[in-house]
Amino acid sequence: MLNLETAQSPHKLRRVAIEPVSRVEGHGKVTILLDDENRVHQVRLHIVEFRGFEVFIEGRPFWEVPVIVQRLCGICPVSHHIAAAKAMDIAAGYGPLTPTAEKLRRLLHYGQIIQSHALHFFHLASPDLLFGFDSEVGKRNVVGVAAAFPDLAKRGVMTRKWGQEVIRHIVGKRIHGTGCIPGGMNKALKVEERDELRRDIDEIIAWSRESVALVAKLYETNPDFYRRFGESQTNMMGLVDSTGALDFYHGGLRAADAEGARIFDHLDYTTYQDVFVEETKPWSYMKFPHIKSLGAESGSYRVGPLARVQVADRLSTPLADDERRKFVALGGGKPLHGALLYHWARMIEMLNAAEMARDLLNDADIVGTELMADKGPRRGEGVGVIEAPRGTLFHHYRFGDDDLITYCNLIVSTTNNNQAMNDAIRAVAARFLTGREVTEGLLNHIEVAIRAYDPCLSCATHALGQMPLEVDLVDADGELLSRGRRG
Amino acid sequence: MRLAVFGWGNDSRGDDGLGRALRARIGAADWAEATIIEDYQLQIEHALDLVDVDCALFIDAGKGTPAPFAFARLAPKRDATHSTHALSPEAVLDVYARVREETPPPAFALCVRGESFELGEGLSDAGAERLEAAWDFVKRLMAERSVEAWDKLASQSPRLARLPE
Repeated sequence: MLNLETAQSPHKLRRVAIEPVSRVEGHGKVTILLDDENRVHQVRLHIVEFRGFEVFIEGRPFWEVPVIVQRLCGICPVSHHIAAAKAMDIAAGYGPLTPTAEKLRRLLHYGQIIQSHALHFFHLASPDLLFGFDSEVGKRNVVGVAAAFPDLAKRGVMTRKWGQEVIRHIVGKRIHGTGCIPGGMNKALKVEERDELRRDIDEIIAWSRESVALVAKLYETNPDFYRRFGESQTNMMGLVDSTGALDFYHGGLRAADAEGARIFDHLDYTTYQDVFVEETKPWSYMKFPHIKSLGAESGSYRVGPLARVQVADRLSTPLADDERRKFVALGGGKPLHGALLYHWARMIEMLNAAEMARDLLNDADIVGTELMADKGPRRGEGVGVIEAPRGTLFHHYRFGDDDLITYCNLIVSTTNNNQAMNDAIRAVAARFLTGREVTEGLLNHIEVAIRAYDPCLSCATHALGQMPLEVDLVDADGELLSRGRRG
Repeated sequence: MRLAVFGWGNDSRGDDGLGRALRARIGAADWAEATIIEDYQLQIEHALDLVDVDCALFIDAGKGTPAPFAFARLAPKRDATHSTHALSPEAVLDVYARVREETPPPAFALCVRGESFELGEGLSDAGAERLEAAWDFVKRLMAERSVEAWDKLASQSPRLARLPE
């Protein structure tokens, strides 16, 4: 395939812009440049990420950071909360967490993964998968799912609600909780709270299993399409524990190439700046990280469910690992790279998280009260990395003797997936764009490819207003030929 | 009248905090039979917060909406956003209708116009002024707490073109 990132003579090409007009910031935009024969020459996905958030953090007291970073994102504040707390454990000089504190953080994290994956699958993904990409927009949403599959919609709502309840019980409130603090946790889980969560966990596991089965069944309807749609051959990365099992909370980084060969394994993530380059490009606010030793051309990588379940040797729970083995077997020894397969992997992870949550709820330590680690001399610098729902999340901080943050660097999951998402929409545009018209079908296909990665388009600000999808056709001279609008 | 009050937004982003600021005042006022729900944004599970209430009030900041605020009756409506993590109040009502298979409770939106939504900012001067105007209006809503009275107030309010997420 052509390199579709940068056209040779872009000024001669027709421009197609797919632009959700954001009220505030954090919007995504797709631009496609075509020649007179309608051949695709350039495709770019631009995403405005957390503009200025690092600067916002600098100058604040370090102990405030795990709480304040939750304002990064309205959908996965807990991921930022935990990653920042992990970094501050180290920076503030604490030793290993107590068993109860680590288990509470893990349960919190699994609750976050369950609610986020449930939301994505039932609200964003399943409408595409169940109704097809060419169906009317109004049908491709949770309401459409609810109409056709009422039980599925209810399960989506209830599963997400359960995950939210885990978060509420552990951090004390629905949002802006303060559960994780440098060195441990500041609140124990009460027995009655544990019992309330335990009451419904078997149902959550059962629903997760059925969701995996549903995706598998959908795949069987058109295996070739599911495997090839938005396919991009790329490296993959995720955290694994010392045995090679996927670990969402802590571990070493493992990366494999598009053929499945190891690039590195059990990498100490505190050395990430020696291993990765955060490349900038003039046409996007979002960085393009890549593995330094492989170079910019071949060093980009994918993170998140599809990468994690394939780079790991196994999952730590029996039901999920059984599903993982069946999934990986589809590749016949080679990794799978189709964008739609993210959904399948995501449901396997939801099952894994639910099983692990059940095990923790049945562990006596989870209601323990030893919450703080021993403290040694502070180090003033720390790196915290977790596997957030959308992929590997890096938080890195330094602070001075006055406790104020002097350096902050965040690499969020969507940034790690930047190149992979660009590759996916290039594959879709090259395959489905025909003629001089941006059809509803093409728009849907591009959206579906982006949506599979579940990018976080700065969901922290949500005022009433408008967020339509706008499509502009502009000729080589920049003159607007036509405009389509949705929403 | 059992009331569910939703106030959402991110108070680290300037006037996006207007909804939560109003929600906090309502919470502090401790009005009877008013359940306060705060969040960054509306999501599918918020449909469950509408169970067993007689009326819902959704409060948020708006951009390009009438100043100082607009007050409107809401109806369930399918969301047609292409890629977002948030639902509109109308979509929350619609999720309720589909999942519960019953008509959602009457619901209203109070949309306070904001001007600046930059990270790290507090409320703008205009936003702070409108917060006071909206707070006076909320006190009136609480004093005249019935669907009929609110419908009348809504009919006198500037119209909102659209009420998405």
